[in-house]
Formats: sequence, structure tokens, C-alpha cells
Amino acid sequence: MRLFGHLRNAKSHSDTFWNKLSNFFSNVTETDTNLKHSAQSLGNRLFSSESRKCTLIPGHGIGPEISAAVQKIFAAANVPIEWESVDVTPVKGPDGKFGIPQAAIDSVNRNKIGLKGPLMTPVGKGYRSLNLALRKEFNLYANVRPCRSLEGFKTLYDEVDVVTIRENTEGEYSGIEHEIVDGVVQSIKLITEEASRRVAEFAFQYAIDNKRKKVTAVHKANIMRMSDGLFLRCCREMAKKYPDVKFEERYLDTVCLNMVQDPTQYDVLVMPNLYGDILSDMCAGLIGGLGLTPSGNIGLNGALFESVHGTAPDIAGQDKANPTALLLSAVMMLRYMGLNEHAAKIEKACFDTIREAKHLTGDLGGKSKCSEFTNAICEKVTAA
Amino acid sequence: MAVRARNVSKLLSKVINGVPKGQIRQLSAEPAEIESRPDFRTTCTMIPGDGVGPELMYSVQEVFKAAGVPVDFEAYFFSEVNPTLSAPLEKVAESISRNRVCLKGILATPDYSHTGELQTLNMKLRNALDLYANVVHVKSLEGVKLRHSGIDCVIIREQTEGEYSALEHEGVKGVVECLKIVTAKKSQRIAKFAFDYATKNGRKRVTAVHKANIMKLGDGLFLRSCEEIAKLYPKIEFEKMIVDNCTMQMVSNPQQFDVMVTPNLYGNIVDNLASGLVGGAGVVAGASYSANCVVFEPGARHTYSEAVGKNVANPTAMLLCAAKMLRHVNLPRYGDMIRSAIEKVLKDGKVKTKDVGGQSTTQQFTYAVINNLDIPKA
Repeated sequence: MRLFGHLRNAKSHSDTFWNKLSNFFSNVTETDTNLKHSAQSLGNRLFSSESRKCTLIPGHGIGPEISAAVQKIFAAANVPIEWESVDVTPVKGPDGKFGIPQAAIDSVNRNKIGLKGPLMTPVGKGYRSLNLALRKEFNLYANVRPCRSLEGFKTLYDEVDVVTIRENTEGEYSGIEHEIVDGVVQSIKLITEEASRRVAEFAFQYAIDNKRKKVTAVHKANIMRMSDGLFLRCCREMAKKYPDVKFEERYLDTVCLNMVQDPTQYDVLVMPNLYGDILSDMCAGLIGGLGLTPSGNIGLNGALFESVHGTAPDIAGQDKANPTALLLSAVMMLRYMGLNEHAAKIEKACFDTIREAKHLTGDLGGKSKCSEFTNAICEKVTAA
Repeated sequence: MAVRARNVSKLLSKVINGVPKGQIRQLSAEPAEIESRPDFRTTCTMIPGDGVGPELMYSVQEVFKAAGVPVDFEAYFFSEVNPTLSAPLEKVAESISRNRVCLKGILATPDYSHTGELQTLNMKLRNALDLYANVVHVKSLEGVKLRHSGIDCVIIREQTEGEYSALEHEGVKGVVECLKIVTAKKSQRIAKFAFDYATKNGRKRVTAVHKANIMKLGDGLFLRSCEEIAKLYPKIEFEKMIVDNCTMQMVSNPQQFDVMVTPNLYGNIVDNLASGLVGGAGVVAGASYSANCVVFEPGARHTYSEAVGKNVANPTAMLLCAAKMLRHVNLPRYGDMIRSAIEKVLKDGKVKTKDVGGQSTTQQFTYAVINNLDIPKA
């Protein structure tokens, strides 16, 4: 409180601060009006036999190769999807700032659904993270990452089957920071009721849609009593509306401790931004790294599915990359679109190929090329 | 030299407190002689804590009694969940700063404070004594079978600022701001502590854990401070790692870590994660340092309140804390004696508590340790 008071007096700092803060608030109210609409559309998914358009952002580095692999597998499985490939390399906009090309934004807005490969954010090139820009642009408020142990790929942890759901728009990532005096920085973690409730509702709805039994709210309300307290309260209120789903609260440190001892005790985890970032990567570590974990971003203006690994520039263009993460993300996308049959077929083919361990890429300890792995999956899909 | 200086000041303070002047002759005595002298005793503050804390402290006292450790405890019940019974903070802080050493159980931190306060009792105690550095040495124990083996890392955590500053407010209804404070002074202080620790203990590498790609100013300042200090220690390798990557590396390849230096919250996460890898909250010891005093407490802070009175908690962590404490107060013989007894019991694997896959009770484990104490014949 006291520091905050100083802030108000320090004129030079306070101007930018209040601007940022008021921007943030106006965003919040904007999204609030859309909230009701999105909450309704969460439940009913689109069932259609017609071909649907989907935006594809191949990305940088190994992105184009693994995107091509996914396209090939989808073609083999006769998935009724028409890809619309766009480039998101930043261009200079009318305001002189670098940003995502308008064509890409229009495409996602039109199709409401997209698949994205890894993007590179060059440090100090004058534009901010593209991932962040996309997230802002499409109001992607929830990040979903299912982590499941793959049969055939042995890690130290078996039977991992958890889903991390992360609030993606606020919290520690609000970007509001300032140096009050030399050598003293304060970063603001922002927690709002709207965003917390929204992600809590999504988590419970996700649990029901995917036949999950339990939702665990991960928090640190014993330390951050007001902010995490608010998040926790929103989760508790939402839990009452979903009596069929079991609800529990756990401290972040307890979850970390128990997760490495016995990952089976958790099911769906819902949490604020930073904790989600940390836990989702940790869970990916349990099952063998980011090369195997799919990820989906659910938003008000559409949904974007992506692989969260890096661009791996050292092996780009050498046909060595593992397309599993992007493929499984694409499978998540199919489920989101209601194309469950196709999703199951492709997923099974992928898991079977990994279990047989005949055509594994280098990161899984095999010697095969990306194209050989892809072809093996294609064969299975066609045979099915 | 430092040890002797500490003894001098301790004795002086005792003199002020009315201890017989006859003891001053011990100033010239060698440490070994002091140890063997039955009338020389060290006083140490004890905070049993909440949950299973009192049971574990009882176990420590049993072992101390059996080993004949010349340490007296000054016990205070200190608790946030039981405010009416709790000793006042001033009294406890005064006792710790007088004794300069404390053995502490874990304090429960409820989500709500009965007075609406944002600061927890733990934070208050740390701030009152300026216990800025928390050191947790996570090491795989022989006899505890787990997924990973050969883990040996030290996590050094800043614990007086960062996310734990308890500065929060609800400006508009439904919108809460929580401040995370990072200062150059405290960041440099913890970085220096980490590098000093690495130097003193013959460690090769220090890893700074951060999230400066997102919190560019806050964590950026922490990282910059670490970089500056790293330049002063050219013999120690310095490495940076983003916290999410760090947790992923920790679960898949924990052997790569040596000394880690972290801001407050990330330290809490990494501490617990690493403790989970070597057997959980019941087996990892830790310590919090200020410039003047040390508080020894388990490394992963869980009260294990569901086990209260069931006689099932694992006293290993608390006993290891006590052994470390004995080293610190210059009673290494007793410290090592207790430590090797614990190690022997774990290695034999006959007496194991529930958390590490056995059926034994707290008491049985304690007695097993006592039976394995290698007490020198007089």
C-alpha cells in the first residue's frame, strides 16, 4: 500500500503506469461483454460434414516441415479441412510499428480456428513476442495442455495423465512494471474476477466435455491472500455450479512436490498465468519434453492450437524434426471442432507408430527421418 | 577465528544476562575441549511449529538426550493458526537474535488471517530477523528408492522480498493488484551469498533461475545483479535458466544442477520440486540465514497436519536439521554422530516411515536412530 502511494506521487512514472492500467481495464470490460456469448458457445460444438477452412501458420525453423507432415497425415485420413496457410512474419504497419500482417489476422478471424507451428521472437528487433501478439489479438484466455505418458516411449514417470489449464491474459504477465527509484522495481500481478471466473468455467466445462473427474485449483493464496484469494474464490463459486466434477484446492508448492512423487493423483489443473507456465512445462518434462505435448489456446475470437517447442534452427530443413506435438495439437483441434472420429483415428495411428518404435525420430532415440515417421502414420491411417 | 569471535560475543551476552563469571576462562580453551566439558552448554531457540512439528521436535529431543548433546532448548510455541496460544513475535525474535540459532518446525499459513492482515507470521519473523537467504541442500539419500538418483544440488532462495511482499489491494471491485518488489540491493546480496556458498563448499557452478523474458524489469534486475556478482567470482561458472525450463530440466535431468540462486517464489517452487525428487518433505533439511543468526527448518515447508497425533511422520528432515545445527554451533562430533546414525537407518531400510514406503512409526524410527548412535565410550 505504502509503495503504491509513493507511486501516485512520482509523476514521471505514474503517467505511464496509469495509462497502462486504464488500458488494461478497458480491455477487461470489452472482453466482459463478449463473455456471455463465449460461455454459451463453449458447450455446443460445430458438427458439419462440409469441408471447413482452417488457418495454418507454419512458423519458423522446423515449423514448415512439421506443418507439411501434419497436412499430409490429414490428407491421408480424409479430414474435411481446407488449410489456409498464412505468414505471420511481422510487417511495418501504418502506425510505424511492426506487427502481424493484417491478412493473417483476417484469416483467423474469418475461420475462427487455427493451427500454428513454432515462432521465433528475435531479441531486440523492435517487435514484441509474436506469440503474445497473437494471444492479445484473438483474446486467447485459456491455455490447455494435456500431458499423457506415451506408450512405447519410456520415461521415469508412467501413467501421467494430467491437463493443465492456464489463465493466459493477466496475472504476472500483465506487463506493468516500473522502477520506482534506482534499483527498486515493482512488477504488478493483476488478477480480475472476470478473467478468473472465465478460466474456472472453462476448466469445469472442459472436465465435463472430456469426461474428467476432478478439477484442482492451484494457488498460493496463503502468501498472496488477496490476488490468489480472488482467483480461488472464483474457482470455488464455479465448483458449486458443477457438482458432478470433484473440486480441490492445492498450494502450488504442494502440487510440485506431489507431482514428481505420484502424478496420478491429479487430473485437471486450473491456475493463474505464471503457475500455469511453470507447471505445464514441468508436466511436459515428466512425459518426455515439449516435443510430445500438444497445446491449445481457447479464446473469445477463436481458438489457436500450437506446438509449444522451439524452432530448432539447428536441425531445420534436414528432415529430422519430430512432428508429434503439432500433430497432437491438430488432433486437439479436430476434437474442438467436433470431428472426433478423425481425431481418434489419427491419434491412434500416431500412438501406435510410437509404440512400435520402428520409425522414431532422433529426439525419441530413433534414427528415422521426419518423412519416414510421417509415412508410417499415413499408412496406418489409410489402413484404418 | 570467526567461531571464536562468536563464542566471545555469546559469552559476553551471557555475562550481561547474569551467567556466572567463572565461565569466561573458556575463552582460551580449544573447541575440542569445550565440547568435552560437561558444564559448557549451548542454548538454542526452538519453535515446534504447527502440524506434526511438535512430534518431530520430541523425536529430536529424544535423540539429543540419548547422544548427550550439550544443548538446551528455549522453546516457544509460535503459531498463526493458534494465535491465542502463540508467543509474541518480539519475544521469539529476541530469543533467536540472542541465541543466534534456532530449530524451527513449519508454521501453517492460512489463506485468511483472523485480523485481515496480508503478511503471514513466517514473513514477519523473516523480516524481523532479516533472514534473507534460505539454503536447501537436496541430496539423494541412500536407501530411499526413487526414480532419480545421484541428485546433489543446493537451492539458495531470497526470502525477504519478491512476491512475498504482502502488498496487495483491490482498486476496483473484482480487480486485485499484487506487487512484486525486486531491489538491486537484496538481489546482489543473495547473489553474493550464493557465490560465497559455492566457493566455501567447493561447488563449481551457480545457476540463476528467473523469468526475465516476461518480467523484464523485475526479474531483469535480479538477473543483472547476479551477472555483476558473477564477474567477481571468475572461478565459478555462472549460468542462467528460465524458471519453466528449469522445472522441466529438474524433473527429467536433475543431476545437472549444482548451486541455484532464485528469487522468492521460484525458490519455493524449485525447493519443493527437488524435495519431491529425493523423497518428499520428510527428508530434506534447510536453513535460513541472516547476517547474525540461523534458523534451521525443513527444506520443503509442509505441516502435514493430516498426520497429527498418528505417529507416522518422518523425522528425518528435522533430525538432519538438528545435525546441521550442531555443526553450526561447533559441536560437529555430535552432528556427525546423529547424521551417520540416520544414514545408517535409511541404508539398512528395515525401519522406514510410510512416506518412503515403509510401515514404521515416528517413534520406531527415532529409536532406530538412537540405537545406531555411535556414542564414544567415556
